[in-house]
Amino acid sequence: MRSTFPHSDITAILAQSPPIDQIGVLERIARIQARSIKGTAKLQGLRMALSMIDLTTLEGKDTPGKVKQLCYKAQHLHDQAADLPLVAAVCVYPTMVGVAKNALGNSGINVASVSTAFPSGQAPFSVKRDDTLFALENGADEIDMVISRGRLLAGDYQFVFDEIAAIKELCSTARLKVIFETGELDSLDQVRRISDLAIAAGADFIKTSTGKIQPAATFAVVLTMLGAIKDHYDRTGKMIGMKPAGGISSAKLALQHLLLVKEVLGEAWLTNEWYRFGASSLANDLLMQYQKQLTGKYQSAAYFSID
Amino acid sequence: MMSKTNWNLEPALESAALVQIKPQYELFIDGKWQAPSSGAYFDSLNPADESHLAKIAWANQVDVDAAVLAARAAYTNVWSQLSGAERGKYLFRIARIMQERARELAVLETLDGGKPIREARDVDIPLACNHFFYYAGWADKLQEAFPGQVATALGVAGQITPWNFPLLMLAWKIAPALACGNTVVLKPAETTSLTALKFAEICQEAGLPSGVVNIVTGYGDTGAALVAHPDLDKIAFTGSTAVGKQIQKACIGTTKKLTLELGGKSANIILEDAPIDQAVEGVINAIFFNQGHVCCAGSRLFVQESIANQVLEKLKFRLQSIYVGNPLDKNTDIGAINSKKQLETIERYIQLGLEEGAEIYQPTCDLPSSGYYCKPTLFMDVAQSARIVQEEIFGPVLTIQTFRTIEEVVQKANNSPYGLAAGIWTDKGSRIFGVSQQLHAGVVWANTYNKFDPASPFGGYKESGFGREGGLHGLSAYLKFTN
Repeated sequence: MRSTFPHSDITAILAQSPPIDQIGVLERIARIQARSIKGTAKLQGLRMALSMIDLTTLEGKDTPGKVKQLCYKAQHLHDQAADLPLVAAVCVYPTMVGVAKNALGNSGINVASVSTAFPSGQAPFSVKRDDTLFALENGADEIDMVISRGRLLAGDYQFVFDEIAAIKELCSTARLKVIFETGELDSLDQVRRISDLAIAAGADFIKTSTGKIQPAATFAVVLTMLGAIKDHYDRTGKMIGMKPAGGISSAKLALQHLLLVKEVLGEAWLTNEWYRFGASSLANDLLMQYQKQLTGKYQSAAYFSID
Repeated sequence: MMSKTNWNLEPALESAALVQIKPQYELFIDGKWQAPSSGAYFDSLNPADESHLAKIAWANQVDVDAAVLAARAAYTNVWSQLSGAERGKYLFRIARIMQERARELAVLETLDGGKPIREARDVDIPLACNHFFYYAGWADKLQEAFPGQVATALGVAGQITPWNFPLLMLAWKIAPALACGNTVVLKPAETTSLTALKFAEICQEAGLPSGVVNIVTGYGDTGAALVAHPDLDKIAFTGSTAVGKQIQKACIGTTKKLTLELGGKSANIILEDAPIDQAVEGVINAIFFNQGHVCCAGSRLFVQESIANQVLEKLKFRLQSIYVGNPLDKNTDIGAINSKKQLETIERYIQLGLEEGAEIYQPTCDLPSSGYYCKPTLFMDVAQSARIVQEEIFGPVLTIQTFRTIEEVVQKANNSPYGLAAGIWTDKGSRIFGVSQQLHAGVVWANTYNKFDPASPFGGYKESGFGREGGLHGLSAYLKFTN
């Protein structure tokens, strides 16, 4: 792996990261959570959230059969309801990318693959490179890489930067999401630093978590990352995408996250080109709330398919 | 991939049916509702749409005399005879009833005063309840609170509250007064009498002995009659500096103890190492909370030059997601200006700011067609000598100045007749202490703003008044001490 930037540039990037005051962050979030999202705004929000889902299965026991089912669900969220949007992508391990690609065909739904020795990232770079190339060769449209958290915590920012930049180079047209696994980081200051670092290294999206570690996509972490995206946009005019993943399992939380995006970044980010939810169980709650909003009645969870 | 969409929240109105407003309110004297001796009433309006809410009795000298007489009798015969523990029981009972009726009180506060229901519900009413709980706990511990001294009640207190936090300011005044064994005659502001009158109902519901709390409604003449009454031992006033000065003059040569909580033009200072996004949010909270009708509002912003442009751009962007409108809408951030008179004052200052050559910024947002509303307003390129920088506006108007050194900003912050509050934003603990020790302000908030707690004293320096409310200091304002 070659070093793209000399050491001094890393220092310059990190010097731009402002300190983050956790209490202030929580207060800002409380303001968002006190908002009331009702009526057609809710309906619109639920549809938006559905269209932003990266429908995900990342288990050791995943089989081609399971992935095919998930891909069918991605295209048929709830056929009883007319005119539902499609999810944005299906997110799988590299070995399942080919299966997913076949199953999704020309549906317009992307295939995202985790890579770089997901979820721990504890592998030599050569393994991470091969992992990524394998996913790309099998047709992955998006790569969700993990950073080396151990190196980050040890203060080796150059290593972390170079790794992201090197994977980005492999991606060519595939969009790169960089997973921080914020549940393993120490502070919101650290979250802000890695956000700035990853964006500078070429991330198209920044993503909170693997879903394997708790806490995952907390509002505090998400707001901190949105702050980095906003500052980057203000400085360069370039948009970066955001993907919270892990722990957003209810429609209510999803809508609050969307409102956070609207207020912090603006409506330009309210599309699945720039915002994603990494989730497996969120879709059904969105569907249930959507049906409730249309019919005025809650339907039993048994009416919504689990896979 | 889906394209960009506009996504706007719909109004989410709190139900006004939660609260019963009588068509006409009398004076609450000696535990009974009594018609004003003059037979005069005035109208209370909802500033959100100028609709009529109720007719309210206008007390004159005769009514004030009756109220003070009732308070004196209740003090002598009943309240001063009770143990602290017994007084505490009544206060706890009042606090609990207020909690039980919190939603009703919140809606009423919003209808009568124009503040957003979110703030009435999440700030005003819970804090008012907490003040009663807090001082209820002190009622039987006064000797422990002041070791080595014998603390006794003053007697009868005359209290005058402002229109910006009607029930909360009532709680700040009545809770410590009663806990210390005093009885009170309270005059609420004329535009916001309703929660005080609802509080009188709560006193009845709690079985509070007659005459311990008396509420006389009216305009400034009612307040003047109260202040001038010879049989009062204490005057507590929260309001404008101009009226505070009149009250202080009226008390000269009397034995009345006096506390004044007056105006402010508080400095909010952002240093270059501050957590910027949180500081920007803090600025929003400091000036736009309660439409800027806050005596300690952070109305003068000082930003260090190296980050000034960034902070300004962020402030402007943030203003776009501030909702101005119907106070009963749960999504409203800035509600109605309290009265037509106050709206005219604010508009006069905005005009003055333009005449003084300041650059103005207001977000594009629609205001309701009736009622009193004002857009959140930023004034940039202002001079320290500009009147909009020097004078209290009491509205959603922020002046923004830059500075280069800490020495400079401390000088400018202190260069004001007021000295109520200040804010400092920095990541360095040492700077928090270094700067705040040099600021002439009763409260300095660090990396936050507008935080209140019953245990924390509040009050000002210079023309922002004297005396403290809240905490142990708040107790001593209603006690006399002997060794």
